[in-house]
Amino acid sequence: MKGPHTPIGEDDLQAYVDGRIAQDRFALVETYLDEQPEVRARLERERRQVEVLREQLRAKFEEPVPARLRVSSIRAGRRRRSRGWMRAAAAAVLIFALGCGSGWVLGRGAPIALPAARLAAADAVSQGAMAAYRTYVVEVAHPVEVGAEHEKHLMTWLSKRLGRPLEAPDLSAFGYALMGGRLLPARRGAAAQLMYENAGGERLTLYVQASDGTQTAFRFFRDGDASTLAWLDQGFGFAVTAPLARNALLPIAEAVYHAFEPAGSASGNG
Amino acid sequence: MAKADRDELIEGEIPALRRYAYALTRDHEAADDLVQDCLERALSRWHLHRGADALRPWLFTILRNIFINAYHAGRRRGASVPLEEAPAPAVSPGQEGALDVKDVMAALDRLPEDYRSLILLVGVEEFSYSEAADILAIPSGTVMSRLARARRKLRELLEGEAIPFLRRVK
Repeated sequence: MKGPHTPIGEDDLQAYVDGRIAQDRFALVETYLDEQPEVRARLERERRQVEVLREQLRAKFEEPVPARLRVSSIRAGRRRRSRGWMRAAAAAVLIFALGCGSGWVLGRGAPIALPAARLAAADAVSQGAMAAYRTYVVEVAHPVEVGAEHEKHLMTWLSKRLGRPLEAPDLSAFGYALMGGRLLPARRGAAAQLMYENAGGERLTLYVQASDGTQTAFRFFRDGDASTLAWLDQGFGFAVTAPLARNALLPIAEAVYHAFEPAGSASGNG
Repeated sequence: MAKADRDELIEGEIPALRRYAYALTRDHEAADDLVQDCLERALSRWHLHRGADALRPWLFTILRNIFINAYHAGRRRGASVPLEEAPAPAVSPGQEGALDVKDVMAALDRLPEDYRSLILLVGVEEFSYSEAADILAIPSGTVMSRLARARRKLRELLEGEAIPFLRRVK
């Protein structure tokens, strides 16, 4: 508490500018300012500047609030997102449950419970896959580095470079035939891209790269007309990318998941 | 607290949040994005917030932190303009009665963010000095001297006293 003999301080003067000065200091400050007309003029200008600022921003304050900023809209946005999220999670769990027999993926729960780092790793795989897809599916002259006619050589080479056995999944049930593949740079070592084509000339890619994290359910990622389903398993990230809707892509991704399942863990009911 | 009550409390602060966001970003779209991010974060972290009296400072704290982390780096218009290219204020000393409204905002833009926020939070948003200290995460004992410095800087910019230091030497 300041007494009547406490000298006038900056805090008094600022409180004076703001009109928040305590009753008992007000008279003292007034007396001081009577003796210091320059200080009074300065404080008066500062007070005026605050007023101008408030005036300038008044229109913004009085503007109608855009609908998207209504709490209800934001809540609906969150719900919509989390509902979409849960649908994707449920679909992934369902297809794993259908294919996996053992149920260990179900036991891990939906991807919403996964640590952010692992989701980020899965998203990095999606993005790498999407970039590679965008680069090479439009390619007319050299869509692949090694063609399907040298499939054995291609897969031996890619297996060696990625450090895990790879076989090109058979996607003929979906109307897609292997065109070939290529080796690509990736953040951690190399990545492999296999390209498939259907009778209509639509192309689909599989993308594999070494990745952090052991296992996730499917993650869906859409960019324009193309969709990617990506997942992590056994230290590798996998992604299937095609100009298909999610529901059309899901069974293909499921088939690819089973094709890349490590020997011995296959449930045999696929 | 019932959800409807909570929504109404938050809703009541949106005009002020937009005003502060606009003063920080000086861009209507970016300001609304900032407010939206702030509201999303507040709703998702409501469980971390206790009591209704501190709602307003809490929301402003969230908004400012998002601004500092995400927007301040590159999105604020003019953030990386070299000092010598910054426009000189148009008001000369002695014209204080006829201050152009735009000049106060323009001068404010040239202050460091913490000064800008302090002037806005106290002068426009009418937070108490200790609330402003909390929002800015500064010791409450330093608020008054910082406020004095911030307002002096603003005044000097407006009155042209600092111009010789800001202009390119020819």
